[in-house]
Amino acid sequence: MPKVTVDGLEIEVPQGATVLQACELAGKEVPRFCYHERLSIAGNCRMCLVEVAPGPPKPQASCALPAADGQTIRTDTPMVKKAREGVMEFLLINHPLDCPICDQGGECDLQDQAMAYGRGHSRYDEMKRAVEDKYMGPIVKTAMTRCIQCTRCVRFSEEVAGTPEMGMLYRGEDSQITSYLEKALVSELSGNLVDLCPVGALLSRPYSFEARPWELKKVPGIDVMDAVGTNIRMDVRGRQVMRILPRINDDVNEEWASDKTRHHVDALVRNRLDRPWVREGGKLREASWGEALDMFAGQLKKAGKDVAAIAGDLLDAETMYAAKALLAGQGSNLLEGRQTGLDYDVTSLAAVRFNTPLSALETADYILLVGSNPRFEASLVNTRLRKAVRRGARVFAIGAEADLTYKAEWLGDDLKLLGRLPKSAADALAAAERPVMIVGPGALGAGALGAALKAAGPFVRDTWNGFNVLHIAAARMASLMLGYAQPGGIADIEEANPKLVLLLGADEVGSKRFGKAFKVYVGHHGDAGAAQADLVLPGATYAEKHGTWVNIEGRVQRGERAVFPPGDAREDWTIFRAVSDLIGKPLPFDRFDQLRAAMVADVPALATDGIVEMPWSPPTLDAKAEGPVGYPVKDFYLTNAICRASPTMRRCSDEIVHGVVYEEAAE
Amino acid sequence: MTGITSLTDKDRIFTNVYGFQSAGLKDAEARGDWDKTADLMKIGQDQIIEIVKASGLRGRGGAGFPTGMKWSFMPKAPTPGRPNFLVINADESEPGSCKDREILRHDPHKLVEGALIAGFAMRARAGYIYVRGEFIRETEALRNAVAEAYAAGLLGKNAAGSGYDFDLFVHRGAGAYICGEETAMLESLEGKPGKPRLKPPFPAGAGLYGCPTTVNNVESIAVVPTILRRGAEWFKSFGREGNAGTKLFQISGHVNKPCVVEEAMSIPFRELIDKHAGGIRGGWDNLLAVIPGGSSVPLVPAEQIMDAPMDFDGLKALGSGLGTAAVIVMDKSTDIVRAISRISYFYKHESCGQCTPCREGTGWMWRTMERLRTGDADIGAIDRLYDVTKQVEGHTICALGDAAAWPIQGLIKHFRPEIERRIVEREGGVREAAE
Repeated sequence: MPKVTVDGLEIEVPQGATVLQACELAGKEVPRFCYHERLSIAGNCRMCLVEVAPGPPKPQASCALPAADGQTIRTDTPMVKKAREGVMEFLLINHPLDCPICDQGGECDLQDQAMAYGRGHSRYDEMKRAVEDKYMGPIVKTAMTRCIQCTRCVRFSEEVAGTPEMGMLYRGEDSQITSYLEKALVSELSGNLVDLCPVGALLSRPYSFEARPWELKKVPGIDVMDAVGTNIRMDVRGRQVMRILPRINDDVNEEWASDKTRHHVDALVRNRLDRPWVREGGKLREASWGEALDMFAGQLKKAGKDVAAIAGDLLDAETMYAAKALLAGQGSNLLEGRQTGLDYDVTSLAAVRFNTPLSALETADYILLVGSNPRFEASLVNTRLRKAVRRGARVFAIGAEADLTYKAEWLGDDLKLLGRLPKSAADALAAAERPVMIVGPGALGAGALGAALKAAGPFVRDTWNGFNVLHIAAARMASLMLGYAQPGGIADIEEANPKLVLLLGADEVGSKRFGKAFKVYVGHHGDAGAAQADLVLPGATYAEKHGTWVNIEGRVQRGERAVFPPGDAREDWTIFRAVSDLIGKPLPFDRFDQLRAAMVADVPALATDGIVEMPWSPPTLDAKAEGPVGYPVKDFYLTNAICRASPTMRRCSDEIVHGVVYEEAAE
Repeated sequence: MTGITSLTDKDRIFTNVYGFQSAGLKDAEARGDWDKTADLMKIGQDQIIEIVKASGLRGRGGAGFPTGMKWSFMPKAPTPGRPNFLVINADESEPGSCKDREILRHDPHKLVEGALIAGFAMRARAGYIYVRGEFIRETEALRNAVAEAYAAGLLGKNAAGSGYDFDLFVHRGAGAYICGEETAMLESLEGKPGKPRLKPPFPAGAGLYGCPTTVNNVESIAVVPTILRRGAEWFKSFGREGNAGTKLFQISGHVNKPCVVEEAMSIPFRELIDKHAGGIRGGWDNLLAVIPGGSSVPLVPAEQIMDAPMDFDGLKALGSGLGTAAVIVMDKSTDIVRAISRISYFYKHESCGQCTPCREGTGWMWRTMERLRTGDADIGAIDRLYDVTKQVEGHTICALGDAAAWPIQGLIKHFRPEIERRIVEREGGVREAAE
């Protein structure tokens, strides 16, 4: 480990660290624009100049210089100060003076660093450069005059997103960052460009002119748009979540979030169920909570033990536990979470989870995708796979050909291939040290879990488990842990012929099922579930309640309440608690913490800090699988009730998935 | 001063620099090229590098880095998966420079033979000659020479009967000055925009396609066969200590007979001009200033340059540099501020735009220069401009930032009274209305 001296402080730095990292380890702040920990080093902004001895008698770009033993690094000399002031001045001479009307204001790297390292007065009295704005689709708004050509966006698109749409045109002063053809960016990660941009050149289009950063309260949460469990930060003003940003968690989402995670946020105030509804004469009419709860209680009494609960994809564990407790009071155990009819075996949870930790996924050297398109089923799993591919992993895929943003060798779409891999794939597997198989929701739907488990042998080693099942529902792992699974799936529930069905935010069940039963929908958006219900009870979205979610890896994570539910809507568990009183079997929790304690007492694993231990003892299942396999996610932007209510997601779907061209009026 | 300062015909390396004979293989052989090349290579790879080191040859592209030492940085045992490469910089775009052009079109076999020997010495599998985009006829001549060499078995498998396999490719650029910077050239060769890379890693560690690479100027390579034939001592006998050899000087501007001429290093400026360029237009008293090494080096005023030795160290002592030995002579009819402003415009136009100081600074410097040209500024603008050049110099990825800053620094250093005069005269000329 090299020893360096930073401003007189001697420290040891890890092998391969840069001078900039060494300075940070020594607690010295080094200003930078182009450098980003997760992108390649460009070294072009020249803001991070420091003095290094031994070396040439001029300041060095610390981001690109390897720290070497015996180096003396100075960040506090007049030379460094002058260099920073100079670079700052150059960045500002052609930067517009429009901070008061710029959305980046208050969270702008250029603003902050100009305050900290700039000269504070201007010497430039020539004309400033102006650059035409570029169209980049419904997510990213541009103000290219503000661009400082740091090329973070170019590097992100190329390296992380894998959609090399951005680049630099022209040269010198006339350089422009552009998406060349100025069509909507096709990346499902384009929102990250906005975070990466150190100035106000790339901005969030849906969020433009909505709020100022200093007005916002920041609440940590867990994303429910897919099953990855992206750590998010909800920025709240008043009663509304104004925007969603990723929180850094290297084990889960690094510092990225998909566009769906970020931009479904406008749906949290749209199409909401904000009062109870009762079906009368085939039509829903508004009702009071009193009436609705009385009706709910009456139906519960009438149904007795013939009640069932179907959990939706976005639910937290507490809601599912409260509903389970309510049904237990009725003497029923008819619980199911797999709304679309999946019926894979769940006797061993390790056989249906993502066993490779996401952070280890990027070290895989062989990847076999079985009926999975991770790009749209779990975008942030895909970025890890892309990283692995960039490190040299080979990808083989069984399924219909799709653009995964990296090169995959498509073996065909017949599940029979699982039993007998072609020679190239089998040879590569034999030579692999850290092989990974990902069984996607398409394969689960086609009943291929047994075949996949049979083929799992070479993927599971002593210290490496490469057998992975990729779910797409945020609630899935918790629902399985809570017993929301029947051996035959939802068909078993149908067969039991319940008199009352509790649809817990379940919008993908389909209206044909449970025709005779009384359907109670507890949820937050007026979508397919509410449309078929006899009684609609308004609940809370994930942003409006504390909750526990378990991601695909089996990682237990908790989110906090950011805002209160709108109108008369309540947190879901309080509804069950209220109705339990009316039927005379009060549930044993009056507060949320009591609910959580009861749940943890019942399922201790849900109190795990991190990934739940699940011993690897796969069941032996029917290993017959054949026929073509497809992907259930047809439209990435419209996969659940929340994003279907989002105008931004609708527009993304139109423009990016369906190629609709929007004409914009000239400004 | 040691050795002779004036070159005789028998000691010229580039014997066809004026194109009196054809550039073809037959005439080149008659001039001594490709004469027992295989025997030269039998000297041995390390021995060749030692001879080049001993000859004192310094890179002819401008920076003057010892060529032999540069070669010695290359790995001694390249693997087939990671071969060594030689890249020859024929992207001669520096305003004032026109020596490589003469070699390419009149004496290309000197370069091709040099490429083989240099490539052999540094254990390169192949060489790439990157020719300036505007050099259309020059590329034709060079391609002909390479084709002739292949046809004669002088390149390719068992090149020149030496048992060594060496391929040579000619690549014509697209006309960007910055592609003459060695790492930008590698980017361009790889098919990417010509933007300089960060160093380290240096090309000798990771260059073209990530493989060890040496980038040499055309002239540095073309003189190598002659050095091997006539010996390091012979080459070293020209010029002062540390500035050995002969050099192609390119004399342009206000001289009576502008020319490209091969001369011994360290020749005094006055002798160079009088002997080959027919003297200064209007006599020596009419000399104003000289840019001795191409547009990127600071100018030197007449009284300092007249008797200065034309070599790396001599010009460095004057605060300038030999550069490519592109001597731009300016007499007293020159609008010196306008001349430097034009050079500033060139650098603004050719900045690649990658790093901040150069991208933003070159435009600022040019705009201020234009103001100073007309006097439309205050006296403080001169100091401000000087400060801006200092903010660009040494803060950029490549040397283009320095190259843009130095001419202006030279101007301010030597001609500040002239700039101030313009400002004062313009101010005096503006009549203000009575209040």
